Amino acid sequence: MLTVNAATKRFGGLVAVDAASLEVAPGSITGLIGPNGAGKTTLFTLIAGFETPSSGTILFDGADVTALPAHRRAERGIARTFQIVQPFAGLSVVENIAVGAYLRHPRRVDAQAKARAVADLVGLGGMLDQPAAALTVAGRKRLELARALATEPKLLLLDEVLAGLNPSEIRDMLPVIRQIRGRGVTILMVEHVMQAVMSLCEHIHVLAQGKIIAEGKPAEIAAHPAVIEAYLGQGAAKRLQAAPTGGAHA
Amino acid sequence: MIRAYGPALALIALAALVPFAVSANTVLNFVVFALIIALAAQGWNLLGGLAGQFSFGHAAFFGTGAYAAAILQTRYGVNAWAAFACGIALAGAVGWIIGFLSFRSGLRGSYFALVTLAFAEVFRILANASSVTGGAAGTLVKLDVRPENFQFASRGAFVWIAVALVGFVLLMTIAISRSRFGAWLTAVRENEDAARALGVDTLSVKLKAITLSAAITGAAGALYVQYYLYLDAGIAYGAWISVEALIAPIVGGIGTAFGPVLGAVALHVFGEVAKAVAGGIPGIDLVLYGLLLVATIAFAPDGLMGLLKRLARRKAQETR
Repeated sequence: MLTVNAATKRFGGLVAVDAASLEVAPGSITGLIGPNGAGKTTLFTLIAGFETPSSGTILFDGADVTALPAHRRAERGIARTFQIVQPFAGLSVVENIAVGAYLRHPRRVDAQAKARAVADLVGLGGMLDQPAAALTVAGRKRLELARALATEPKLLLLDEVLAGLNPSEIRDMLPVIRQIRGRGVTILMVEHVMQAVMSLCEHIHVLAQGKIIAEGKPAEIAAHPAVIEAYLGQGAAKRLQAAPTGGAHA
Repeated sequence: MIRAYGPALALIALAALVPFAVSANTVLNFVVFALIIALAAQGWNLLGGLAGQFSFGHAAFFGTGAYAAAILQTRYGVNAWAAFACGIALAGAVGWIIGFLSFRSGLRGSYFALVTLAFAEVFRILANASSVTGGAAGTLVKLDVRPENFQFASRGAFVWIAVALVGFVLLMTIAISRSRFGAWLTAVRENEDAARALGVDTLSVKLKAITLSAAITGAAGALYVQYYLYLDAGIAYGAWISVEALIAPIVGGIGTAFGPVLGAVALHVFGEVAKAVAGGIPGIDLVLYGLLLVATIAFAPDGLMGLLKRLARRKAQETR
């Protein structure tokens, strides 16, 4: 579905993403994790088309989309959410979602109907006419998700949709994400809430200092020495092995 | 449908009755002038209010519409109605060019506002120096009162034309607000990045908005010259019209269909009353405009439309 081929992004002297390659299988939930500042969000902006890579290519559905601007990629079926939620503050919930729905439904009635259906799916059905600015953090995260879904994407890029939520809100959100995948949408998610990543994702890529340092199934990743070192510092894997009681919290 | 367009149609019908009810030339003069400002303001509102791109230089479009209409008639003998249409088209083209230059390079907010101001000033200076525009002496359109010359003996006819234009744009604005294009304009205003992520081609949306906006304000300019039959650089490209075009929507209710019309009429009624009361102090109406603008932003950021809505809600609560 999505193939990133040795994508590199330089900002002046800083190499934010360094020849990162990854593959997202159709119908999967794939995770992208890594310590703070690893370049996860930058890699997302490259995939969504908000920045063009300094080198490397991005293939979507077999076609090279590296040169396409963000709105054209949305037309092709790539939707993203923002880590820092970006609601249209002056609009109501349903109007916010309708902006996304207009992409495939030019007529107002169709777009609004689609927006209502998506709102129900993510659990915003009761707040259609509230101003977006009045939503709680959890509500805004759902709105972010709903807007992206309303564009009827094939690939959904979730940038930390669980960040800032409390444990019970996270618990409410997980089935929503599973349900979206159940409808045939492929998901690539950046997430810091490890518990959620481990339970949702079938495949995980780990980014550290702009490079992909490991990939594999959640269990493999949790035990991968390079990953443990990236999170806990050099030599941590060895120390954990030496101390028999530690190690299960990565 | 009726709920959306009914009030606008009622207002247009009411305004069309004015020439039957009033025959005093001063009143009709006032109505035509206020409607010309309203039209210019409607143009500004489409770009500034709906799409959130504040322009300080709508004079560039007003003046282009006005000069094109005047010069095509006086120098090239083009029929006045055709010249009027050309004026609108040329203003739209100037809008597209200014939009292309500034939006392509990603100018937003105050940077965009300053660039539009600069364009208007450059146009003013050029028009003041050029021989095509008549330079500092200005351009006179020959008085030849015939309908085919877009000149009428009765001021009532001009009222109707102005009402028709303002009414058309009013209905168009409502239609846009209810359409996909309108949703995209609002999305661009509220958050461009989010809009792009949802598949909105923000550059093309902004270019359409500025072109349409410029054409509407250009129509106001062309109507102005047809009514007063005289134009110079200060009138056409002066800062006064840029200011009028943006104050009226802000006072009336920015981003609303009725706001610019309501604001323009209210401001000019207010200005006339002030002139009558304060007598001979020149420019007193402008001083009051400034005060009114400050008061609006401080106490009624949603303008008169916002105030009316609040009043209606309070009334509804009381009767309940």
